[in-house]
Amino acid sequence: MTLTDLRKESKPAPESTAALLRELVSHLASNRTQLREEWIRRITEARLLQAMTKEEIFAEATSVYDSYVEALETRTLESLQAYAQNLSERIIPRGVDTHEVVGIVLLLRDVLARSLFSKYPSGILNDVMDAYEPAANAIALTVAVGFVRERERIIREQQEAIRELSTPVLQVRERLLILPIIGVIDPLRARQLTEQLLRGIRANRAKLVVIDITGVAAMDATVANHLVLTVESARLLGARVIVTGLSPEIAQTLVNIGVDLGKMNTVGDLQGGIEEAERLLGFKVIPMGESAPA
Amino acid sequence: MQVPILKQGAFLVAVIQSALTDADIVQLRDAIVSKVGHFRSRGVIIDVTALDVMDSFATGTLQDIAHMVRLRGAETVIVGIQPDVAFAMVHMGLTLEGVTTKLDLEEGLDHLERARPATSDR
Repeated sequence: MTLTDLRKESKPAPESTAALLRELVSHLASNRTQLREEWIRRITEARLLQAMTKEEIFAEATSVYDSYVEALETRTLESLQAYAQNLSERIIPRGVDTHEVVGIVLLLRDVLARSLFSKYPSGILNDVMDAYEPAANAIALTVAVGFVRERERIIREQQEAIRELSTPVLQVRERLLILPIIGVIDPLRARQLTEQLLRGIRANRAKLVVIDITGVAAMDATVANHLVLTVESARLLGARVIVTGLSPEIAQTLVNIGVDLGKMNTVGDLQGGIEEAERLLGFKVIPMGESAPA
Repeated sequence: MQVPILKQGAFLVAVIQSALTDADIVQLRDAIVSKVGHFRSRGVIIDVTALDVMDSFATGTLQDIAHMVRLRGAETVIVGIQPDVAFAMVHMGLTLEGVTTKLDLEEGLDHLERARPATSDR
């Protein structure tokens, strides 16, 4: 069946859509070199993918073009999804942004559409576009979604890493742990903190823990309660807690909400806290004669 | 399921080896209180390392044991509470108020040695 025959029909039947798509694909495949050049030219003109070299752009453009045409041809998106995932994993660390990826896919769509406009006379053009549009839209969507998903996955991983970094449990002496808390504590972080601390107490057989909150700007009632719970659970594992670095604001908050301060041992600053802890553990720090600074 | 209670010098050591029913816990309480009197022990250590759950009945009874044992002149130390168990307990408000808690058996014995030194040879 040729396109001239199709012109005779008023509305394309499904088989003719398939036939149209096959026709399109063969057109796009045979004009591959020239259309790909046109696409790359427009990418450069739009100043996209500046994080990549010319050779890289050429290599990726070739892969994307071929995957695009293959997706149009097979009308399945699996291999395109796999390609989009793979491409995203490679270019996101290079600093390529979402708008660039969506941008280049839409440019390709445009380049191919215009090529179809110039090839097919207006009579048949509607039918051709009816065949092309849905497939092209599905492809653009697949690539964009693939890219965004990969970015979200990376962001989640980074957030998790930041969380872990922010609450180190450090051993500074035998049986003495320090937990310096910096930043904002939300209930989730408070919970993580407690779990990490309890594991640390057991692993290091700590008898004393100094929790320093100098780096915590503000504390509401919920978080203050979490702190009390942390102190109580440490006690169940046989460890005493000294809280240091309370700002005047936080001290005020604790008093206002009626936290039972009998349950919490507090000292003004970290140095004082460590000194108190050492004393409780039976350590005494003695300067070594003249060489020690005053 | 009877919990073995061992004599370690002037102290008694009860090591819980698996989950206990309420009846088992009551039996443990009675056995400990009786043995403290029989051996004239100065201290009792209850090791709960094997428990991955501690409900309000268990914690309440452990507190009862501590009180009853104190009336007989001895101190109770609970050891081996798991991190997850400790976390769950405090969130449910079960703090074992007034009961000494230590990390493990070694710490528990160390505490009792210091707190209750021998006044005569036993």
